Formats: sequence, structure tokens, C-alpha cells
Amino acid sequence: MLRFATNRDYSLVGPEAAKAIETGLANGEWYKSPIPRKRLKELMARSDGPALRDTAIWLGLILAFGGLGIWLWGTWWAVPVFAVYGVLYASAADSRWHECGHRTAFRTVWINDAVYALASFLLLRSPTAWRWSHTRHHTDTIIVGRDPEIAGMRPPQLIIMVLNIFGLVNVPQSLATLARYSVGRLNAEELDYVPQMERWRVQVEAIVILAIHLGALAVAVATSSLLPVVLIGGPNIYGIWFLWWVGNTQHLGLAEDVLDHRLDARTVYMNPVFRFLYWNMNYHVEHHMYPMVPYHALKALHEEVKADCPPATPSVMAAWREILPTILRQLNDPTHFIRKQLPAGAGQLAERAGAHHG
Amino acid sequence: MAEWIRACGVDDIDTEDVVRFDHAGRTFAIYRSPDDRFYATDGLCTHELAHLADGFVMDSIIECPKHNGRFDYRTGAAKGAPVCVNLKTYPVRVDGDQVLIEVSP
Repeated sequence: MLRFATNRDYSLVGPEAAKAIETGLANGEWYKSPIPRKRLKELMARSDGPALRDTAIWLGLILAFGGLGIWLWGTWWAVPVFAVYGVLYASAADSRWHECGHRTAFRTVWINDAVYALASFLLLRSPTAWRWSHTRHHTDTIIVGRDPEIAGMRPPQLIIMVLNIFGLVNVPQSLATLARYSVGRLNAEELDYVPQMERWRVQVEAIVILAIHLGALAVAVATSSLLPVVLIGGPNIYGIWFLWWVGNTQHLGLAEDVLDHRLDARTVYMNPVFRFLYWNMNYHVEHHMYPMVPYHALKALHEEVKADCPPATPSVMAAWREILPTILRQLNDPTHFIRKQLPAGAGQLAERAGAHHG
Repeated sequence: MAEWIRACGVDDIDTEDVVRFDHAGRTFAIYRSPDDRFYATDGLCTHELAHLADGFVMDSIIECPKHNGRFDYRTGAAKGAPVCVNLKTYPVRVDGDQVLIEVSP
């Protein structure tokens, strides 16, 4: 990840990493709001139905808007059509990538893996490297020196953040990373979380992803038309803004180095269209607490645990109203962050119990 | 020398579910399959040592609660990333209404 110098070392191989291990924050025991086992089993139950329906709608819309865009290419009518296509292709792919990476969206494993591979391709991500990166994110969520997916460092990387509304840092960086993977090179941080036995996959996947994108670029050059790259890869520039808008609400401005997702993640209420595009990742506290619960049951999970959690943020706009002043203040005061207040009577991080003893 | 020890009662586990059993400083997971057979494995995921008894049983699969890593609890076989190391399994027998597992010291 591209980073400017910060007061803390957010790399995974520096002094903060050693400190996190020493203090027990690394691979720590996270708080979970209590739910009766029977109810949790109901919430964890898997089925193919909801995700098959939602994936058919998603892919159907991509094909429909892509086809319409091709038909209207050369007219101004193509602009709004591709605006929608781009959001479906890039922004909506992120939550499909995420849920299928956890293998909870579908009951059938190979469908999860197929949609995961497709979404990874759309987002210029190595499926294997990102699987391990996200695994670490769940082990050590927003633990400095351990979590490779901290979007909001302190002080904030404001220029990078703003440029990434249109993927202007992420896309070149993703392409450079794939190029590096394609020659079999992982950096020190990636070597820290991608196991030896998985590394060959990273190289093979990168070659395939790059080859297809370079193919689209070659066709664009040969035909003197931008259309191939508008269709393939380009949405990561012009269609990623929606993910930036909703995805940055997950953790931005909240606590670092706490073993309690109620304090380092944010649940935000969103309208049904946003929730479809985002596959319910707005229930982010709940997802981190119980990653085995599929996206379509997160709203029900939220009802089970909300009395034990800080009040949900009422809208994306409300989330940004607390995030923006916080990150602006963090430019001068990197110690500042939003302290989420737990409701009266909420549970505290404590020893776990419940075993049979022999 | 291996010994048979009582892990739990038959009725302590729902069908297609798992419970935790601690013994002599070790932790085990005891499973009851959909076809009403009992199985036992080490209690901690081989990936990052989460308690599998907090996980989700689906057919013959136990899914780890931490990263959704999957094992076949009948054989201990790891079923893909992020779990790469198989789980140790233990012989199980049912004696009346008790579930016994055979553990070596």
C-alpha cells in the first residue's frame, strides 16, 4: 500500500508489528455480543437462493448496461449508461469479492469461489493475495502494524484518499502490484501474510488478469477506440466512487488497537438500493463480530446485537459528517479519533466460558 | 497409553452441531452429524487457534468462527485456504447416553 510518512509505522514489518505481538493485540481475543447458540445457528445457515438471485440481477444489469453502452457508443447517451455500468462493475464487485471470499454468500463452495475470482478480476486484485490480506484484516482489525487493510491512517493520507475517489492511486498501484506478482515477486509485507504454499497461485493469477487487461488495451489501440478499456478495467477509474463513498464508512476515524469491533467499526443504515450494491456490508460491526453470518442475514443479526452496540449511524451522509471533521483534525492531531459510546448495560471484553470440562 | 474418557452426554449436542470439551489442559471439539454419528477433533483451528466449538457445522464440515476456514470433521481434512493443515481426529464411541473419546496422554 502506498503511504506517506506517518507518526506511527503502519507497515507490517516494523516496530509497531513487534509491539502488537508483545502487548497481545496481535491475534487477540475479540469481544462478541452474546447471542443464544440456537439463534446464531439460524443466522449462520447457508443457502444458495438469495445470492443466486442477487448475482443474476447484478450480472444481468452489467450485461444490459454494457450492451446498451456499446450500442450508444459515440453519443452522449452512452455517458449515463456507462456511469451506471461502472458502479455495477467496480463498486458493486467489492462486496461480492468480500462475501464470496468469506465463502458465506452461497452454500455451494465452488460458486463462492467462482464469483470471488470474477470479482477479483474486475477489481484488479489477486484472489489469493487478497484472501490472505483480508484474513489478516479479520484477525487484527485496525491493529497498527498487523492489519494490511487500514484505510484511514493517522495523520490521514488525505491526497491519496481524494485521488482514490477515481482510483487514481489504487489503479496504477494495483497494476504495478500485479506486474510484480506476475514475475513472482512478493514484498516483505505480503510474505508476512501469504503462506509459502499459496504463493505460486499469486503469480499465475496475476499473469491471467494482466493478460486480459493488456488484451483489452491492445484492442483499444488497434481500433483507435476507448471502448474496450471503458468496458474492461476502466470502471475502476470512473465507477469506483460509490465504493469510496460507502466503503470508507467501515472504519474511518474510529479507534485503533482495540479488541472490540463496536469501537473500531461502524454500522450505517442505508437504503435498499445501496444495500443491494453493497451486499449489506453497512452492518459492519456485525460482520466483524460474526463473519460466519451471510450477508443476507446481517440485518437480522443487527437486530439481535444492537442493544449491546453503539447506536447505528443513521445514514452515509451522517457517517461522513462525523468522519470529515475527524480526519481534518487528525492532520494536526493524530491522536484524535471518534470514541464510540457503548450503551448502558453493554457487555465488556471478558474471559470466555462455556466448555464442558473433563 | 490411550484412555477412553467421557466427553459429554449424547443430549448435550444438537444434531449437526458441535460442543467444546476440555480435558487435562487440552481442548477438543465433539460433533454430532446430521445422520446422528459422533466425531471428535482437536478443539482449536490449525490456522489461528480459534475454538471450533464456536463455529458452524454444515453436513460434514466444521467452519471456523474466525476466518471461515473449513475442515471435514470426520477425517480432519483441511478444505482450503485459509486452513492448510489438517485437524487431528480422535476415536469416539457412545456408551448409553454418554459420548466417550479416546485420547492418548
